[in-house]
Amino acid sequence: MTVTEMMPFGVLIPLIAAPICALLPGRFLPWLTAMLAAVLSALVMAQVLPAAVDEPLRYAFGNWPPPIGIEFRVDAVNGFIGLLVSLMATVILPWARISVNQEIPERQGLFYALFLLAFSGLMGITLTGDAFNLFVFLEISSLSTYALVAMGRPKTAPLSAFRYLIMGTLGATFYLIGVGMLYIMTGTLNMADLAERLPAVADTRAVQAGFAFIVVGIGVKLALFPLHRWLPGSYANAPSAITVFLSSTATKVAVYALLRLVFTVFGIGFAAAMPYAEIFFILGLAGILLPSLWAIQQDNLKRLLAYSSVAQIGYIILGISLLSVTGLTSGLVHLFNHAIIKAALFMCVCTVIYQTGSARISAFQGLGRQMPLTMLAFVLAGLGLIGVPLTAGFISKWVLIQAAIEQDLWLAVVVILIGSLMAVIYIGKVAEAAWIQPPVEGRAPVKEARAGLLIPMYVLVFATYYFGIDTRLTLDFATAGANVLIGATP
Amino acid sequence: MGWLGLFNYWIVVVLMMIGFYTVVSRGNMAKKIIGLNLFQTSAFIMFISAGKILGGSTPIYREGIEVYSNPLPHVLILTAIVVGIATTAVGLALAVRIHENFGSIEDDLLSEDDSDDETST
Repeated sequence: MTVTEMMPFGVLIPLIAAPICALLPGRFLPWLTAMLAAVLSALVMAQVLPAAVDEPLRYAFGNWPPPIGIEFRVDAVNGFIGLLVSLMATVILPWARISVNQEIPERQGLFYALFLLAFSGLMGITLTGDAFNLFVFLEISSLSTYALVAMGRPKTAPLSAFRYLIMGTLGATFYLIGVGMLYIMTGTLNMADLAERLPAVADTRAVQAGFAFIVVGIGVKLALFPLHRWLPGSYANAPSAITVFLSSTATKVAVYALLRLVFTVFGIGFAAAMPYAEIFFILGLAGILLPSLWAIQQDNLKRLLAYSSVAQIGYIILGISLLSVTGLTSGLVHLFNHAIIKAALFMCVCTVIYQTGSARISAFQGLGRQMPLTMLAFVLAGLGLIGVPLTAGFISKWVLIQAAIEQDLWLAVVVILIGSLMAVIYIGKVAEAAWIQPPVEGRAPVKEARAGLLIPMYVLVFATYYFGIDTRLTLDFATAGANVLIGATP
Repeated sequence: MGWLGLFNYWIVVVLMMIGFYTVVSRGNMAKKIIGLNLFQTSAFIMFISAGKILGGSTPIYREGIEVYSNPLPHVLILTAIVVGIATTAVGLALAVRIHENFGSIEDDLLSEDDSDDETST
């Protein structure tokens, strides 16, 4: 079996494992199936990525050649994202087993089936080379995510899920309308084919409207700043395992979809002719500052980190609004680094929720002495989020600042620094409560979490520092990806 | 083509705006889902209208026919309709759960924020 034939299995393995999972009884077997599917999918992607860097891998389903059939097409960009998603699923699942046992004691088969569907949907968005197929995978992952969010323990979880459903479906339908307009103008849905035929009709109102519909539609999915309203509630109310998984993958994959459509399908020339860069630049700046401010005001730590996620999306959007190789590199690197860092932070907070049952900051008082390892991990990952040197967060902010300086955008540099300072405040707020304030009076001492929860957390913390020191994997693939997107030869 | 020739597209625009306005302006979850359905349906009609080719025959291969209508949009929209039904079903199921929890499906009256202490129960 060649690498090209193996590539679709990155999506197919979790997709096939999902219905099997739904039928399995008990707790251990469904988890084991999900775990195996995630590991196999990650192994496939680890094989695919090195092979796809030089020449894109193309697999035509049912042997129908691409303009007629649907193809999967993997190059440096989506190979990189696909590996990230499958690796995150692999790291999170061992942690999830313990947390899910507490939060969803019954019918875990269905839970893991939905998890696998969401996972395979995200992988599908990443690997597909067909604009309509992307819509289908988008809805597979979204629908399973709505159901997963509604499984959260808070009474308001279904309400958050409903609001997410309304926003998400509007976004997906916007995308569908945009794709429809492109199809009407070009007669094709294959992305590579669209890229060839669009320049001839680029000056028409229909294609420009299609561009706007697609950008707004995917903007909802990636929680672009003014369209982010669904995110904090969903992250705060979803089961812990799902919060960790979504925070590190769902918005990242949507960012990838945006990059693929704007740069590969429409092309950088078209994007530069539309007021795309200006709008994204302003939304990026506002998206860094306002959500950071809201994060500082939050009492519920899951909600605090959710707002922080919206702010981090702001950095990525700022990077890709610069329309330069350095800017796109910073966007891709931050996408990878933020996925790791935010998953580590959410794991720490959710581990505390597991031990104490509360996400409020008051519950964190004095935890530094009672759960030293968990809170140490929180501080270490928090330093990564702030962007302290030697952490992965520093690398992405460094590249982003370089990209801004290249174009003399000093306003952006100032905003990035202010954003980092605000991160110091909201991470510091938690660290201060945990390490300096005395423990809550009248509460039985909280025990340190068990090893099964701590090990995945420290794997991610280690990755935060590893990718801050050895940037070969992240920076090289991100640069290769940025070159592919811009259309320059690497 | 006069405006009558673009009749389908006028319907698309009108339906799209009615649906979108309903989703945004109504608090009642059942009405929101109805609006969402209208909005999706308008996108479906747009695709299907685009499949019609003037003077084209039904897309079944026959002797003596040169021009066929495009069948692909119909196939795409079949998929999209299935997705729409699934979304409606999940949305209504969530509305039922919300009604069980709060005794109301008025979105404006409910707040996500008061849930923060519920994690401890």
